[in-house]
Amino acid sequence: MTEKILEFSEPALRSEPMLLNLGPQHPATHGVLRLICELDGETVLKVTPDIGFLHSSFEKLGEYRTWNQIVPLTDRMDYLAPLMYNCVYVMAVEKLMQLEVTERCKVVRVLCMEMDRIFSHLLWLGTTAIDVGAFTPFLYAFQERERIYDLHEAYTGARITTSATRIGGMMADFPDGWTDSLRDFVKTLPKTLDEIESLLTTNAIHLGRTLDIGVISGEDAINYGFTGPNLRASGVDYDLRKDNPYYDYETYDFDVPIGENGDCYDRYLVRMEEMRQSLRILDQALDRLPDGPINVADPRVSLPSKTDCMNDMESMIHHFKLITEGILVPAGDCYFAVEGSKGELGMYVVSDGGEKPVRWRIRPPSFVNLSVIGKLAEGHLISDLIMINASLDIVLGEIDR
Amino acid sequence: MGHPTVTALKDRFDSAVLHHEVQAGDQHVVFVDAARNSEVLEWLRDDPEQRYDLLVDVTAVDYGSGKPIQIVYQLWSVGHKRALRVKCELPLDGLSIASVVQLWKTANWLEREVYDLFGVEFRDHPDLRRILMPQNYAEGHPLRKDFPLRGRFSRAEQTRRALSQDYRDDYTREALEVGGAPGLAPPEPTGSTDEPEDAP
Repeated sequence: MTEKILEFSEPALRSEPMLLNLGPQHPATHGVLRLICELDGETVLKVTPDIGFLHSSFEKLGEYRTWNQIVPLTDRMDYLAPLMYNCVYVMAVEKLMQLEVTERCKVVRVLCMEMDRIFSHLLWLGTTAIDVGAFTPFLYAFQERERIYDLHEAYTGARITTSATRIGGMMADFPDGWTDSLRDFVKTLPKTLDEIESLLTTNAIHLGRTLDIGVISGEDAINYGFTGPNLRASGVDYDLRKDNPYYDYETYDFDVPIGENGDCYDRYLVRMEEMRQSLRILDQALDRLPDGPINVADPRVSLPSKTDCMNDMESMIHHFKLITEGILVPAGDCYFAVEGSKGELGMYVVSDGGEKPVRWRIRPPSFVNLSVIGKLAEGHLISDLIMINASLDIVLGEIDR
Repeated sequence: MGHPTVTALKDRFDSAVLHHEVQAGDQHVVFVDAARNSEVLEWLRDDPEQRYDLLVDVTAVDYGSGKPIQIVYQLWSVGHKRALRVKCELPLDGLSIASVVQLWKTANWLEREVYDLFGVEFRDHPDLRRILMPQNYAEGHPLRKDFPLRGRFSRAEQTRRALSQDYRDDYTREALEVGGAPGLAPPEPTGSTDEPEDAP
């Protein structure tokens, strides 16, 4: 009888790796990203990212536009921190022209960039929490983001496609009462952050999903080109605002949070603390916001006043040349980088002295950060791959450009 | 204004350092012999006085009208807090340069992008495929100056090609083998021996 039963035992299971496509349309890939995963059961053997679905060749388009016309292209790349991209592009061109902007403009741009750092981190916070099953932080974070949308709209007229900067200044000064709304935001955001932290930082489920997941050492992180919060979570103290300061960042009082283990949890902690430090910078910048003109009075980039144009011939000709020809940038090349919300955000501009760039290159932080996902996810479960992808804080508009 | 690395580079790699210039006020650019790029870059990465451990960017510049294409390496030293730009010039009829993936893993995707958009071949690159454009893209390399803004093909032809993409193009060969289904793998290349022997 026993022999009879043995005869019907299960046949030996064949064990083969499986190929799984994640995306391009998948809510957890945070954009149009396709991950080709080789799986052994639920364990990830290899991940090959497939990108380029949003490619619109901004760099090629830029070669056909005058220097100022490129500004609208920049915020379409990273729609999570548009003002930061507007700023860094014109900063690179101004550096190539050796053009010093006004003191007020510097502080205005610092305000814009730090505000958008929070703007971007809040989106990362909400969507990452929702990826690991926490729905409430998403709602809290997006409620706060909506207030920055309102600030964007009050200042630039647009919620995402801000196009706020011009070479030599901004498209306009802040409207009346705008700084008060921003100060109000700076005052009240910490309370929301505390609430979100109380939901996540010591939450057992969140800890289980993030601790020791996607670990990378500091040395590897540098070799793989990590920058920004991802690199600092691995314990490397590298922040361009401190190490290669621009716009008087060395005079602001703020700390750079550093992680220890380089896992998803440390990346979470670093970004949470960065938002609080950005609030400190915003507070100081609002205090020191000087009066004065926002646009530089340099005939190479600034239009003469309407009255002058109507009254003397030279101003009229100057106005006409600036409008019809555009700004002329001296021949040469320049790489300029700021500490972006996702990492080192650089612009490399090459000019031959003309009104259009020879080459306009974006150093994309998300692109480089995403290229590491294969190494981070190896050996983890497929559900951890989702968390690792979220913890890198990528934006596909900038990866595909 | 001097740059400590530039002097050291000239001392060590006398003939490989072709030219040095300062751009935008304080940015030092070194032109290096393209045939010795990986040797120079390895020294820049490993020498304790230099330690350019972060490869920030690899890109290329095409100035047009037959001028050589420049490969641009943007380096940063985390410890010394110094930046350096290294450039190599490649003539249009010899667009090939040694890959630096063995030195910096960052270079993997960045060099793929330069290959995709400029058509520069990186020797010994582990995975030199197109990255932003589709794998079956046949119009050339978009960021070259001789490439027209709207592409080489007509809109109709571009649409036809986009619709007729082969899904197998999007997988690597190993991935298809993992997939396992016999119909998925592309046919083995048969070679070009189909020609009749008695062809004139």
